Amino acid sequence: MSPAIPLLLALGLGLAGWLVARARAWTFKRAAPHGRLAALPKYHAWYAALWIAVPLLLFFLVWDYASGQLIMAHVLASPEAAALPKFGLRRATIINEAWGIANGTTARALNEESVALAEPFRQAISRYQLIGIGIGLLIAGAGAAWAFLRLKPDFAARTKVERLVLAALLIASLVAILTTLGIFVTLVFETFRFFGMISPIDFLFGTQWNPDPMGNPNNPDPSRYGAIPLFWGTIFIGAIIAMIVAIPLGMMSAIYLTQYAKPGLRKWVKPALEVLAGVPTVVYGYFAALTVAPFIRDIALALGASNPSSESALAAGLVMGVMIIPFVSSMADDSIAAVPQAMRDGSLAMGATANETIRRVLVPAALPGIVGGVMLAVSRAIGETMIVVMAASTAASLSANPLDSMTTVTVQIVALLTGEGSFDHPATLAAFALGFVLFLVTLALNFVALRVVKRFREAYE
Amino acid sequence: MVMTEETAANPSFAEQAIEHNANAPGLDESVEPSDIKMRARDVSIYYGAKKAIDEVSVDVFTEHVTAFIGPSGCGKSTFLRALNRMNDTIPSARVEGTIELDGEDIYASGMDVVQLRARVGMVFQKPNPFPKSIYENIAYGPRIHGLAEGKGELDAIVEKSLRRAGLWDEVKDRLTDSGTALSGGQQQRLCIARAIAVDPEVILMDEPCSALDPIATAKIEELIDDLRGRYAIVIVTHSMQQAARVSQRTAFFHLGHLVEYGHTSDIFTNPREQRTQDYITGRYG
Ligand SMILES: Nc1ncnc2c1ncn2[C@@H]1O[C@H](COP(=O)(O)OP(=O)(O)OP(=O)(O)O)[C@@H](O)[C@H]1O
Ligand SMILES: [Mg+2]
Repeated sequence: MSPAIPLLLALGLGLAGWLVARARAWTFKRAAPHGRLAALPKYHAWYAALWIAVPLLLFFLVWDYASGQLIMAHVLASPEAAALPKFGLRRATIINEAWGIANGTTARALNEESVALAEPFRQAISRYQLIGIGIGLLIAGAGAAWAFLRLKPDFAARTKVERLVLAALLIASLVAILTTLGIFVTLVFETFRFFGMISPIDFLFGTQWNPDPMGNPNNPDPSRYGAIPLFWGTIFIGAIIAMIVAIPLGMMSAIYLTQYAKPGLRKWVKPALEVLAGVPTVVYGYFAALTVAPFIRDIALALGASNPSSESALAAGLVMGVMIIPFVSSMADDSIAAVPQAMRDGSLAMGATANETIRRVLVPAALPGIVGGVMLAVSRAIGETMIVVMAASTAASLSANPLDSMTTVTVQIVALLTGEGSFDHPATLAAFALGFVLFLVTLALNFVALRVVKRFREAYE
Repeated sequence: MVMTEETAANPSFAEQAIEHNANAPGLDESVEPSDIKMRARDVSIYYGAKKAIDEVSVDVFTEHVTAFIGPSGCGKSTFLRALNRMNDTIPSARVEGTIELDGEDIYASGMDVVQLRARVGMVFQKPNPFPKSIYENIAYGPRIHGLAEGKGELDAIVEKSLRRAGLWDEVKDRLTDSGTALSGGQQQRLCIARAIAVDPEVILMDEPCSALDPIATAKIEELIDDLRGRYAIVIVTHSMQQAARVSQRTAFFHLGHLVEYGHTSDIFTNPREQRTQDYITGRYG
């Protein structure tokens, strides 16, 4: 059945119910002693419309599935079905094709059996469609009767509608929570499958990362799955190089904006900074790969480095740092601005300069908030993918030289999942284990950061 | 108190008040010009186009407590903040007229605001200790002004300031605790100690007791009385009793004007202006 039918039915009947209920409520209103009802006519109208349309739509959701089963049962019971092969791919192909012909999505049959089978399908489809519409109408009628029986001058339609809205909002928020949960469960599930093949000890503490997607999946070599170089690359690029860029620049711009900038300038600079956060990371990525990385390599060459890599951790880290600046600066900005004016006045009134006030009073007082912001920024940096995919390499190395090429957890996840390996190969499953570790680390960082920030907020309320 | 012929010819309320004081028995002898610590003349203060203080002239005397009283919004805080240029932190604020500290114009272009504020300290309406330890709160000023050489001197300054503020016995065993962990009254005395620590000449207090209970208030008032011997103190207060108890001079502000200024005893027992009378008695109920 095409989805247009239930939608149109629900819309049409709902609208009819809406109009009738409103008219009815108006008659109540006119008859009421002071022209007052417990609820406005429009709430009566919505109450009736929802009672008609919602059960109808829910019914069709169920019916869509049930009718498929019923149609299939009906067709298999028909004499034409007796001629079908008993099992296997061919039987399924014919049935699908016949169904396609019957509802018009398949233009031409490849198997002649399916043409014969199309007729019972056609019958069954139109029959169950009629039955569906019939039951649907009955349900809508029942809903309408229920609603209209309850419409009275003193009926609190408003609170009922309110409750329905509440339910809708609740369901909407559940969707987000359930999705998170679903993601988490998938991750955990696949991670455990991976740990069934490679021990977590080898994975978490091994220092060689070189998975082989073409190797024998039943007998993987655990020594190739040591993730330490990835963790190191991630921390080195995201938490060290990027933060060396982002923390000072972010802090200084926050201090400048909150303490020195004239309101007119602040009005321009702050949104400009925030635009940085809105630049798609893939744009940063090619900036890193095409501009910054070659530039760094040239400098390294000029300084006498022999054979520097064109994909350096430094390039990825620098650009990532720039990307993170707005996060640090906007958190620092908020935290510094949240320090009460009284602190600032207190310090200035002691004869401190603006600079001393910032360094010795405002920044220390805002520190928890700033630390929270930095932690959020770190968690964002280590989860960042595009920049490192484009500017860092895929070769894992354990090195403290920022000019070396390095890889990160996210880069490896991309590489493994887009690689050649089949989906139950440990080399592919390793991506889930990496994702799981990343998930836990960023979750922990966010959790701690939010608590720190919250504690800080409370301190000044 | 020096009156020029010019101002005497066209006396404003403020000048009438000053004139009145000048004519008060005994004042000419007791107050030498050198005892005037701060001298404000024809001070007008604007917030943008709005005039918050209109031609106010007041003197602040050494070893005196001067009280500013008046209904809410009349400009007491505005005028007080002009005395150590805290209004500079408000972009729209503008000051006209002259304010002198020891005969030196504090709004002159060569004036070092940082030095000025070290000489004219301020205590705010709401206690505002820094979120640092008690010790660090007091040590803050001496540190930034380089008043102490070495830990020993700094310790001495901290102890002396806390003693003067009457807080030493209560906090001497917990100097490393956060200043914000003290009670409201203790916090306010900590702020006073903090102001004293840089050895100012004038202390401005803007309703220092309005956030405190009567017992803490009594302690602060006692403290103000003790401090009077060393500093010129200006206190803004909404409590007539407090003004009467702690101050020697009182200035009554109304709608940005200085209505009356003189000896506290005169203002409270024998005000020259009907408005002063109304305000004072109104408060007494
Ligand atoms: N930052 C500012 N910007 C603009 N106008 C201000 C500002 N601060 C104060 N004013 C105005 O200046 C006038 C005087 O304010 P001020 O705070 O000096 O009054 P006050 O006498 O201290 O009152 P209160 O007893 O309530 O503290 C008021 O009308 C106030 O609205
Ligand atoms: Mg005030």
